[in-house]
Amino acid sequence: MERTALDLWVGAFVVAGIGALVVLALKVGNLSTYNVSDTYLLNAYFTNVGGLKPTASVRSAGVLVGRVTEIRLDTDRYEAKVTMSIDKRYQFPKDTFANIQTAGLLGENFIGLLPGGEDQMLKSGEVFKKTQSAMVLEDLIGQFIYGKADNKAK
Amino acid sequence: MPVVKSIKAIGHRTIDVVWRIGYASRFFALTLYYSGASFRRFHLTIKEMFASGVMSLIIILVAGMFVGMVLGLQGYETLKRYGSESALGSLVALSLVRELGPVLAALLFASRAGSAMTAEIGLMKATEQIAAMEMMAVNPIARVIGPRFWAGLISMPLLSALFSAMGVFGGYVVGVVVIGVDEGSFWSQMQSSVDFQHDVLNGVIKSFVFGVAVTAIALFEGFDAPPTAEGVSGATTRTVVESSLAILILDFILTAFMFRGD
Repeated sequence: MERTALDLWVGAFVVAGIGALVVLALKVGNLSTYNVSDTYLLNAYFTNVGGLKPTASVRSAGVLVGRVTEIRLDTDRYEAKVTMSIDKRYQFPKDTFANIQTAGLLGENFIGLLPGGEDQMLKSGEVFKKTQSAMVLEDLIGQFIYGKADNKAK
Repeated sequence: MPVVKSIKAIGHRTIDVVWRIGYASRFFALTLYYSGASFRRFHLTIKEMFASGVMSLIIILVAGMFVGMVLGLQGYETLKRYGSESALGSLVALSLVRELGPVLAALLFASRAGSAMTAEIGLMKATEQIAAMEMMAVNPIARVIGPRFWAGLISMPLLSALFSAMGVFGGYVVGVVVIGVDEGSFWSQMQSSVDFQHDVLNGVIKSFVFGVAVTAIALFEGFDAPPTAEGVSGATTRTVVESSLAILILDFILTAFMFRGD
């Protein structure tokens, strides 16, 4: 079997097609921000996760340190159990505060980690003790309106 | 009795359709069964990839570019009203990667390559080349149909990826270079909203399914065409109509499965 001009064209076509896929994955998609390094799992319980979704980012001081891998309802406590995988390079103290934040007023939810001052670090599979649930805009508006009404009544 | 006649006609039609579906299924199964030859003699498949893939490149690239440019223009006009022009990148990329890339590339592929496949095989049948092959103990499904099927299957995801990439580039040209949306926010908004698994991979799966549908329809219509000039032209028309409908219906079904509830 000989090499022909046809093979060259088909080869160029295949290379271009795979190149386009790579561009879509890296430049257009978020494959470049996926964690390829070693990770460990941490859990947190929230009374309300709001619009948090799996693959949402976990940030500390604004820096991406991991991603949410699983969200499910824990029927022992009737709270949402959020599992996140954190980059091995980052360790957090035991009294780290995990809260669900919103990017902008109506943006997507992510988990913000606020490290405490304890010496002992969280190990894989452990739980954040202090958490704060998502800010639900409707609740906030409701509180504001009822607060106004209370003020008037006084 | 005209009533009996029309009922007879309906029954005849129904039986005919079921017959055809059965024949098409058997044809499809045989194509898969004999597809070993397409890989043992891979140069046959390469040749068909040139005919269906490489020759469709220009139309795919040009169409992708212009679709992306139109998306850039229209998206900008709409987003400007809500003051969120910076989301233009995610609008262009998401609509291309999820829907427009696979669907439009498949529609173009059906009319550019699918119709050519049908016409070629129909004419081979009309000029009794297929019968001649059978006489020489060459299996026409292994020799003629298999390589074309696999070539279409391999080409389709590549073409759709090229379409999407070209479209994103077109959207970039209109949005950033011409209109002047901020380049940094264009790309970063795009990256934060397009998920590799959820959007890019699902788009590839879609185009793969469309590739199967288009090539299977085109090859069957060609193989089943009545061996006359009229028959071949009718088969070519049916290929384009049937595969376009199949693409759009399959797209709805796949979208309902892939992007539901989030």
